[in-house]
Amino acid sequence: MEDKSNDLLEEVTGGEYKYGFYTDIEMDQAPKGLTEDTIRFISARKNEPEFMLDIRLKAFRHWKTLKEPRWAQVEYPPIDYQDIIYYSAPRKKEQLQSLEEVDPELLKTFEKLGIPLEEQKMLAGVAVDAVMDSESVATTFRSSLAEKGIIFCSFSEAIREHPELVQKYMGTVVPYTDNFFAALNTAVFSDGSFVYIPKGVRSPMELSTYFRINAANTGQFERTLIVAEEGSYVSYMEGCTAPIRDENQLHAAIVEIIAHKDAEVKYSTVQNWWPGDKDGKGGIYNFVTKRGICEGENSKISWTQVETGSAITWKYPSLILRGNNSTGEFYSVAVTNNHQQADTGTKMIHLGKNTRSTIISKGISAGHSNNSYRGLVKTTRKAENARNFSQCDSLLLGDKCGAHTFPYIEVGNRSSIVEHEATTSKISEDQLFYCLQRGIDMESAIGLIVNGYAKEVLSKLPMEFAVEAQKLLSISLEGSVG
Amino acid sequence: MTTSINTLPLKERLLSLFFEHLPSIKGQATAGVNRLREEGLAEFERQGFPHSKLENWRFSDIAPLLETDFAFNFSNQSRAFDIDKIFTCDVYDLDTFSVTLLNGWFVYKHAPLTRLENGTVIGSLAKAMELYPELIDKYLGKAAKPKNSALTALNTAFIQDGLFIYVPEGVVVEKPIQLINIVDSPTPVFLQPRHLTIAERGAKLTLVHCDHSLTHNISMTNTVVEIFAEPGAEVDHYKIQNKGKNSALFTSSYLHLEKESKIHSNIITLNGGFTRNNVDVRLNDELGHADLKGLYLVDHNQHVDNQVFIDHAAPNCFSNQLYKGILDDQARGVFSGRILVERDAQQTLAYQNNKNLLLTDEAKVNTQPHLEIYADDVKCSHGATVGQLDPDAMFYLRSRGIGEHAARQLLMLAFADEVVQKISIEALSQRIGNMVEKRLRGELSICDQCVLHCSDKGPATFNIDMSKI
Repeated sequence: MEDKSNDLLEEVTGGEYKYGFYTDIEMDQAPKGLTEDTIRFISARKNEPEFMLDIRLKAFRHWKTLKEPRWAQVEYPPIDYQDIIYYSAPRKKEQLQSLEEVDPELLKTFEKLGIPLEEQKMLAGVAVDAVMDSESVATTFRSSLAEKGIIFCSFSEAIREHPELVQKYMGTVVPYTDNFFAALNTAVFSDGSFVYIPKGVRSPMELSTYFRINAANTGQFERTLIVAEEGSYVSYMEGCTAPIRDENQLHAAIVEIIAHKDAEVKYSTVQNWWPGDKDGKGGIYNFVTKRGICEGENSKISWTQVETGSAITWKYPSLILRGNNSTGEFYSVAVTNNHQQADTGTKMIHLGKNTRSTIISKGISAGHSNNSYRGLVKTTRKAENARNFSQCDSLLLGDKCGAHTFPYIEVGNRSSIVEHEATTSKISEDQLFYCLQRGIDMESAIGLIVNGYAKEVLSKLPMEFAVEAQKLLSISLEGSVG
Repeated sequence: MTTSINTLPLKERLLSLFFEHLPSIKGQATAGVNRLREEGLAEFERQGFPHSKLENWRFSDIAPLLETDFAFNFSNQSRAFDIDKIFTCDVYDLDTFSVTLLNGWFVYKHAPLTRLENGTVIGSLAKAMELYPELIDKYLGKAAKPKNSALTALNTAFIQDGLFIYVPEGVVVEKPIQLINIVDSPTPVFLQPRHLTIAERGAKLTLVHCDHSLTHNISMTNTVVEIFAEPGAEVDHYKIQNKGKNSALFTSSYLHLEKESKIHSNIITLNGGFTRNNVDVRLNDELGHADLKGLYLVDHNQHVDNQVFIDHAAPNCFSNQLYKGILDDQARGVFSGRILVERDAQQTLAYQNNKNLLLTDEAKVNTQPHLEIYADDVKCSHGATVGQLDPDAMFYLRSRGIGEHAARQLLMLAFADEVVQKISIEALSQRIGNMVEKRLRGELSICDQCVLHCSDKGPATFNIDMSKI
């Protein structure tokens, strides 16, 4: 059973990548390597204003002084930063003519995920017919958003059209001095999303990169900035449950969120990048800096993530709770299989009074993978009555994998209450036996139990994601228990 | 002989002192020990003193301490005298086999090494190196990890004296063995005692290890403890730390457990300027049982740092950690617990809990309950809480007419009791319970029970008049 399922898994994940992209030789791209010239090249190609180039260069000069951090519980060969192409214009994909040309195993995955036929075509790179053109859907969405004054566009567009907002907010939450990858991203970022919700506006729909024009090719150094003005609300979804095709090895993204007084931002991610093959070859290195700040009173930011892809995940969506009575939440499910490695968690920095944070993290390790939770909860002296509750559970499937928990708790005043609890265990034999004797096969039983285990987090996902994410969990774990 | 070279930084001073005093440091040590020594020295030279850039030392900065002009003792000055004349332990009604270290050197009434009828050997490590070289070579330095700890490496380089205990196969030592470790020096002093306890197959013993200081002078004690529990052996290890506010106490305990052996470790920190306890446990074979408890009650500028590492190297082992702390004034508490479950250590049960009470806004706690697990059939849990006294419990007591102060005392006592209660020797449990109670009332000082009753106000300067003893 294990062999068969491993094959399936390989085909599901690795299979797609047989259908690579054709590189247009005449394509507009920067020469390999990273120098100030590369950065000037990128900035010029994107027609950026002077201030942006300045920021990039400053970040680059700072980056040169930094060393790549190695403290995470992950192992990978050294990255040659001079061997990366830092800019290439959107590549032209080979357009397939119909679904028949698509790898049947990929279609099977889509079917399991319950993705509608038209969407399947789009994801598989089949020319999408006019009726269901994502661009037209997106255009309709954008006009209704614009009516409310919501700005939702690509980062490059924002730099050109709303330079004052970009200048005001970019780098305020994650400055380029923050860490090695943040400096690198600031220097060379390709594109990303920009969201601005004006005062008192409630976004009428879930904003999703999935529907945004150009979303497919934001490149490896993505940058997202979300600003929620006083009293506004937005739910933002990043990623997609279907296997994402991507040829870039290194991803270093930055996400910044600013929530003003009474604002609420809900950020959901489903990450399903290529995890490499079952022997641990290839796969994406996903080194992300995500941070939000609850700037105003009573503001709230919530992160929800389902991490199933990438060979190495290294990300800590964090929150700075500056405003009094602000609330932070972090819900995470991280699944690792085969040779995947994940070191993920969160930081909750309590600065304001009566700030509250909740951390629920569920790690699932299978195969030869390693899955770590690493988190910091800090309350400063002025954060009176701060309250935190953290729960980090790990589930181990198989005896070759590892599950680790590295919480850091720093409490600086007497009125705050911080609680952390964690458990590590394997799937209960009793539960499995119960399912099996009811005629449910092993694979489905494990899927069922794992979904039950992760339910607390999955239920926080927006409707659109939740159903697919559940199926994704089962697929990611296929072949993990023989 | 007391030596100090004032101009060099401490690391360089120690390195040069090592060669300068090599003959007296080596003493009667075996070739094996001297080999360890050289490895230790090389390792210390490589690592240097720990600094706050190191992950394990992020919250404990010892740089200011290292500026002190310490004196070193490379030979035993105290020799034979009756310790009862200058010191009585706070746990005085306890019937123990008591031994004493003064400034890192063994002091004795009769002989440096006692061999009991049942074959148990208790006494000076320096003497044991002469008399039992085969035991020393077999065990000494085999559990300690100088590669992971510069302080252990440094201690290993300077191994001279300390407590040596050997309990032969099947022997149960009924009386607890009590080690009283006293620092008494008119000048700042740097001490490095080394203790070795060997419990052979099926042996049982209780070790009570008390750290005291008699003066308010600056002192730095870098202790390394190695305890070996052979198959089926049981060792209870209690450590009571009641030191002056200018003392810095570093204790690295390495506990090595063989099949079906048990170790209970209980570290109670009542007072101390800077206290760091490293406990490193290796569960080397099946059905090992390690139960580690800690209680720290600190105030003023006291700093207490507990670092626990448990290596589950074999299947079917059990480990439990319970560390509780009450922090008052500007005190700082650090806890770092790490459980490592190795690849084939199936059926492991490992629990970890750290609870802290903060009484003021200036007190601070850093806690890191870490788990690293590579086996799937395990049950591991960890928890940490930092908070204040439960307002509901407070309300309940207040509504019963108990004053706020008394209610607080009661709740704090109940909080500490979870650790104290578990002490298996009743007399010790009661005495420690009383000490904790006094400590929480703010009545326990390091001078308690000390026959000299010097005033707490100024730095006490007195010497033991050797001629009168």
